[in-house]
Amino acid sequence: MSLLSVRDLVVKFAMRDQTVTALNGISFDLNRGERMGIVGESGAGKSITGFAILNLISRPGFIDSGHVMFDGMDLAHTSDKALRTIRGNRIAMIFQDPMVTLNPVLTIGQQMVETLQAHRSLTRRDAEKIAVAKLREVYIPAPEERLQQYPHELSGGMRQRIIIAIALLLDPQLIIADEPTTALDVTIQADIMELLLELCQSNNVSLILITHDLGVVSQMTERTLVMYAGRIIESGRTRAIINDPQHPYTQGLIKALPQQTLPGERLKQIPGNMPALSAIPPGCPFNPRCEYTVDRCRTTIPELVRVGPVEVACHEVQRMNRDTETEEQTA
Amino acid sequence: MFAYLVKRVFQAAVVMFVISLISFSIQDNLGDPLRELVGQSVSEEVREQLRDELGLNDSFLVQYGRFAKKAMRGDLGTSYFFKEPALEVILKKLPATLELVLGATFIIIGLSVPLGVFTAIRPHSIFSRVIMGFSIIGISVPVFLTAILMIFVFSVEMRILPSYGRGDVVHVFGYWSTNFLTWDGWKHILLPSAALASIMLPLFIRLIRSEMMETLQSEYVRFAWAKGLRPRRIWFVHALKNTLLPVITVGGVQIGTMVAYTILTETVFQWPGMGFMFLEAVNRVDTPLIVAYLIVVGFIFVVTNTIVDLIYGLVNPTVKLARMGA
Repeated sequence: MSLLSVRDLVVKFAMRDQTVTALNGISFDLNRGERMGIVGESGAGKSITGFAILNLISRPGFIDSGHVMFDGMDLAHTSDKALRTIRGNRIAMIFQDPMVTLNPVLTIGQQMVETLQAHRSLTRRDAEKIAVAKLREVYIPAPEERLQQYPHELSGGMRQRIIIAIALLLDPQLIIADEPTTALDVTIQADIMELLLELCQSNNVSLILITHDLGVVSQMTERTLVMYAGRIIESGRTRAIINDPQHPYTQGLIKALPQQTLPGERLKQIPGNMPALSAIPPGCPFNPRCEYTVDRCRTTIPELVRVGPVEVACHEVQRMNRDTETEEQTA
Repeated sequence: MFAYLVKRVFQAAVVMFVISLISFSIQDNLGDPLRELVGQSVSEEVREQLRDELGLNDSFLVQYGRFAKKAMRGDLGTSYFFKEPALEVILKKLPATLELVLGATFIIIGLSVPLGVFTAIRPHSIFSRVIMGFSIIGISVPVFLTAILMIFVFSVEMRILPSYGRGDVVHVFGYWSTNFLTWDGWKHILLPSAALASIMLPLFIRLIRSEMMETLQSEYVRFAWAKGLRPRRIWFVHALKNTLLPVITVGGVQIGTMVAYTILTETVFQWPGMGFMFLEAVNRVDTPLIVAYLIVVGFIFVVTNTIVDLIYGLVNPTVKLARMGA
């Protein structure tokens, strides 16, 4: 049985004059100890998916329908009290920008101890012992002294390690990492990712890694979801998606990687921009930017269908596949 | 810390110099003190002689120099009306005014924090809308009107609170007299304090509310929710502490402003403080007393602001007082 099972999740935002759909029927499963990446451009709904799992969508956003099943509980429809027993305890989250994630007026020690005490009845001294142990696990030098320090006394990389340590405090079964290295120096990014991978593997923790970096996804995860305009358009084993992308959008993302271009050559890019949530075109949301668009793409939304090792939401791929199948049958 | 203190004291001295210069320059423009001093029956020769004796014929700078020299020693001149040192007259009235400000400050802190926090957390509840509505009225209605309205309701109609004076006061630490040690004193200070608080309270509720709402949107508050903390801890530890930082700064300035508002409140309630005294001094063209009042109020302003800045440095860990001195 899977650890987390998201079914037909729909998240909407009530704007002043209209309600826009930010997540449109997201479904996926995640197994114990499995690491999954969610990729896509900014605005695709990656981060919203992460927050929706913990039911942390704040006004004017709301979960419209769908289910987030975790350990027999539907996190999308449960009491705040029940959610509190999950948040930070069994599902932990790592935020994007470590410079603003920690409270500036509380010490590192206070912010760690309160997390432990929210879920277990521990004395401050016992909680501090656990905090020090976790800080050691993320290779923070002189962890005892860090407890007395305030966030502004520490570097960005150090703060993100501390945030990872906070995420690990209660030995969660799942960590949701929302672009954990985008705000950091390039030299530190690799360190943080390596640390995260190591900790997930050694503690058998599942990971949902939200990123726009396909390179990171290929190193860190076993499975990948590609999102576009609030929908999953391709999902499957990471290796299969990287080596043989099916959806034209995924193909475009991979072609756009700098490694795919010779030095001095212009980087390849997908023409156009992701549509605004209020102006998603009818049919396949990607159709205005797609080079394979046919009439049906402009009218009908493609369903996710299995194509070889992956699932893809694209009319063209289906037709091409049928073509090759019929060719094989007539032969 | 020490360097910061020295810097602040130096700044305060500069501010006091400017205040004294402005206050003193008023002296020349407030009519003839001789008329108040001696009445009409004195001849012009005697008047001229008195003017010379009082130094009123010297140039402005000479007069200011003489004033500043005396002021350094704590001598702010002699009140024409009371025939006593002006500073002494003011200091006798000071406890009444400071207790009034203190009472108003307690009311403001005691109400603005819970109401500001509540209206930020539940902006759509009916109670919040009522509070926000009243706060607009509170800001718009002038203090003297609120005061008269309060007297009408609580003293004239309901007859539960006295409408004027300080009532029974107890003398402590030598000359200080306090309202806070007798039941009658409490009853007398309640209405004036409430009237004085009425103008600042809505301002603070709105300030705390908007700061709190902004803080609640921050990433660290979101992270606190993701950690599974109780709402109460998130609101009152994570959000409120950050909310109060800018409020402390504004608060310091407002305490000073409130001293000025006491003129109105004290007049309506016949409160024997220095605001009431100031108005009387203006009526009597008692210039030394007016000048002394302005300087004392300026001094209170400077002192409270310095203290507030020091508190801010202690509350906000990102402000290193030692570094600020550099």
